[in-house]
Amino acid sequence: MQEAMINRAKQLLADGTVDRVIGWKRGEFAYDITPAVFRSAEELDADFVFDDFTSANVSKYLVKESKKEGKILAFLKPCDTYSFNQLTKEHRVVRENVYIIGIPGGPKLDAEKIKAKGITGILGVKNENYTLKIETVYGEETMPYYEAVLDKCASCKSKKHVVFDELIGDDGEVLESNRFEMVEKLENMTAQERFDFWRDQLSKCIRCNACRNVCPACTCEKCVFDNPNSGVENKAPADSFEENMFHIIRAFHVAGRCTDCGECSRVCPQNIPLHLLNRKFIKDINSLYGEYQAGEDTTSRAPLNDYKQDDCEASIVHERGVE
Amino acid sequence: MNKDTLIPYIGVVTDIRQDTPDVKTFRVVSPEGGKVFEHMPGQCAMLSIPGVGEGMFSITSSPTNKEFMEFSIKKCGCLTTWLHAMDVGQQITIRGPYGNHFPVETELKGKDLLFIAGGIGLAPLRSVINYVRDKREDYGSVQIVYGSRSKDDLVDYKEIIDEWMADDGIEVNLTIDNPQEGWDGHVGFVPNYVKELDPSINKTVLICGPPIMIKFTLAGLKELGFTDTQVYTTMELKMKCAVGKCGRCNIGDKYVCKDGPVFRFDQLGELPDEY
Amino acid sequence: MLKISIDKLDALFEAISASQTLYIPADREDGSAEYKKYESGMKLSNALNTVRSAKDFFFPQTENLVDFKMEGKNIEVIDIREESEDFVIFGVRACDARSFTILDKVFLSEPVDSFYKNRRDHGTVVTMACTRPAETCFCGTFGIDAAAPEGDAACYSDGESIFFEAHNDKGQKFIDSISSLLEEGDTAKLDAVRDKTREILKKLPLAGISTESFGGDKLMEHFNSEKWAELSESCLGCGTCTFVCPTCQCYDIKDFNTGHGIKRFRCWDSCMYSDFTKMAHGNPRLTQLERFRQRFMHKLVYFPSNNNGEFGCVGCGRCLSKCPISMNIVKVMKALEVK
Repeated sequence: MQEAMINRAKQLLADGTVDRVIGWKRGEFAYDITPAVFRSAEELDADFVFDDFTSANVSKYLVKESKKEGKILAFLKPCDTYSFNQLTKEHRVVRENVYIIGIPGGPKLDAEKIKAKGITGILGVKNENYTLKIETVYGEETMPYYEAVLDKCASCKSKKHVVFDELIGDDGEVLESNRFEMVEKLENMTAQERFDFWRDQLSKCIRCNACRNVCPACTCEKCVFDNPNSGVENKAPADSFEENMFHIIRAFHVAGRCTDCGECSRVCPQNIPLHLLNRKFIKDINSLYGEYQAGEDTTSRAPLNDYKQDDCEASIVHERGVE
Repeated sequence: MNKDTLIPYIGVVTDIRQDTPDVKTFRVVSPEGGKVFEHMPGQCAMLSIPGVGEGMFSITSSPTNKEFMEFSIKKCGCLTTWLHAMDVGQQITIRGPYGNHFPVETELKGKDLLFIAGGIGLAPLRSVINYVRDKREDYGSVQIVYGSRSKDDLVDYKEIIDEWMADDGIEVNLTIDNPQEGWDGHVGFVPNYVKELDPSINKTVLICGPPIMIKFTLAGLKELGFTDTQVYTTMELKMKCAVGKCGRCNIGDKYVCKDGPVFRFDQLGELPDEY
Repeated sequence: MLKISIDKLDALFEAISASQTLYIPADREDGSAEYKKYESGMKLSNALNTVRSAKDFFFPQTENLVDFKMEGKNIEVIDIREESEDFVIFGVRACDARSFTILDKVFLSEPVDSFYKNRRDHGTVVTMACTRPAETCFCGTFGIDAAAPEGDAACYSDGESIFFEAHNDKGQKFIDSISSLLEEGDTAKLDAVRDKTREILKKLPLAGISTESFGGDKLMEHFNSEKWAELSESCLGCGTCTFVCPTCQCYDIKDFNTGHGIKRFRCWDSCMYSDFTKMAHGNPRLTQLERFRQRFMHKLVYFPSNNNGEFGCVGCGRCLSKCPISMNIVKVMKALEVK
């Protein structure tokens, strides 16, 4: 697959269709992959990588890249195409300046999950029939592939590319996913249990802003949390209330726009399951306004931006709040 | 526990002077009267209104003034807007003095001095000018070139006219950017005026003003034959701690709050261009 | 050397925590480790290191510096500082132990930061030698021996027992306080373990990273490098590297109006953030390139320039495993290396 991608990218560079390629760059180890822009065949040959660890969603980089001169080739996994479509809908990317090649998705691997098994000194990771053969400083280790899969991939919603100029590999289908399982579990908790769950999780937050900065739905030119005049511009939580509010406000702000790409949880250095906040909103929108998937298309009106006479009344909040 | 520099003193504002439409000069004393602390010309202090903000300001008064400190402050952001709105009698918090100072006791001693200022850039130089005026015998000739957008934007205009210009052996050259009714002085930008005045290249230069003015004046001075080692300036960057720890004002291996704010141009030349 | 059997660790922790607060690295549900206040039954983590570094103990993410009461035109300054309680941090790794001496150079230089010093004076750092370094480790690059950590006292494990060694009076006092639990032990096996660890350290993939191309005399050369554009290209501008870094110490000062007074806080800040150098009238670092460059220039050039060649990195590898886009100091050093 990697070879096919590099070859096609070289062709498109050579025939002038694009002058840049955004993809992933090899790192020091098997897993430390960096999103990168490639400008020549030589750069592609030297560093371009596509493997079980190339999980980063490059859509958000296209906000900037698509506004530069020339056309850029972007390799998008199915989940990334939803993000791209949503950005197109919000007029954040210039669609004409991006040549999209749809590529197969995951499930991609999470190095943290391998390390959590106590496997350290990782020198190389090979996938042999969905058994990981991990070469380490301390000898070879093995573990089942599926135990090291990223959370976002474990509950994959779709193998379908919703936007592309061409495909490498086959297109897939929207999946019946189990992604609301944990949300349901949280809904079934008592208010106190739920509060304790989130307090426990959000108290780990170090306010590094990685979740916000990676989020393809967070594209404000100036975030309210960076604006000294907003009164909420704080790098340190003054109290626990504030520590919680950052994530809750962010979840509200991306409600109806979040495609559930899962990048927020993937990048969190403290492993806070932030995607669950977004999924709660998605699940609620589905049940209150009908099934809706952000990023599925670029033209429909989002439920929270639309008004229909039979929209639920505000009292729904109260009714649902009664235990 | 020992006194920590991050815990400020109280200062009382005893006088507020409207210098220009957007510059006010504040007189500050300690609640018991007298100065809150001693300083040297060019040093700064952190002034704050708790809940509004804290900022680094040049101490505009001369250390030779034994009764009070003064700060000339331009209305610019959140804190300065608040300071401009306050009345006499208001308490503020103050900590310092911070940073180095103009080498008035060493390199500048006995030298002919040329002060060049633009707009609010006069503020840090005023401290040195008045220090030199009070210790006149320690220094050579004094020339001051000061320019602003208009006559109304000349900071300390009254003091310049009534005191500096009245002093023997001090040459004051004022200029404004555009012609204005009631102004029969020089019109034109500071860099050009300096070149026109063609000062002796034996002078030591102290310059402060907008970056663009400094850039062109420095180029002009070099044309006249001045070297980087003859020219001092004072810098400003974002600061929080004022003691070289918080990292804001770090340029290269220097901290403007601690190693500056006063730099000689040959020293600045060794730093990355990040200011 | 004095030792205690590993199966008696519980008793050791009980004894320490009986007289002062004890922090140990403990496992979290997700398999990562963090420092926790010891409570009965808590187990020492086997993880190589904690996600957050140990700098929190001396330089916490948020702390209250001073309070103000505002009344009319009057301000009252309330010094809320209190003498810190005595505490022990157990199980600190060699990299983090060195980070304290780096932080000391910042906070204990004049004017001394009393908030930091207070905690430093009252904290005892008990380190634990590494036996299973990870691929992300490169402490050796900065002259740190993971098998012989610094700290007030150091511990070494041979798999059966933990041996204690005091490095100063504070460390000796700590060992004296638990001496009733310790016995004299033979270090033959321990010496073998240490030799083996050092062999592994030599074989680590990053063992060859050199600081030779860096230092205070390389300022302009590196600052003006064309490599920064590519290196910083995909940086998200988040603060993950800064906040997990044991030596990053930049901070912000912020006031909060509580409704009945003003609290002035100090909190961690990051030079990677867009508003770090923003002033009312402009910002000297307008793009991520400049911000990114600042962080690495500070560690590899500016800090050694001001501190007799000591670098502002301890090779703990946290940024290597935590950066969302896997860009880190090792990649920067390799790219800027003068061959």
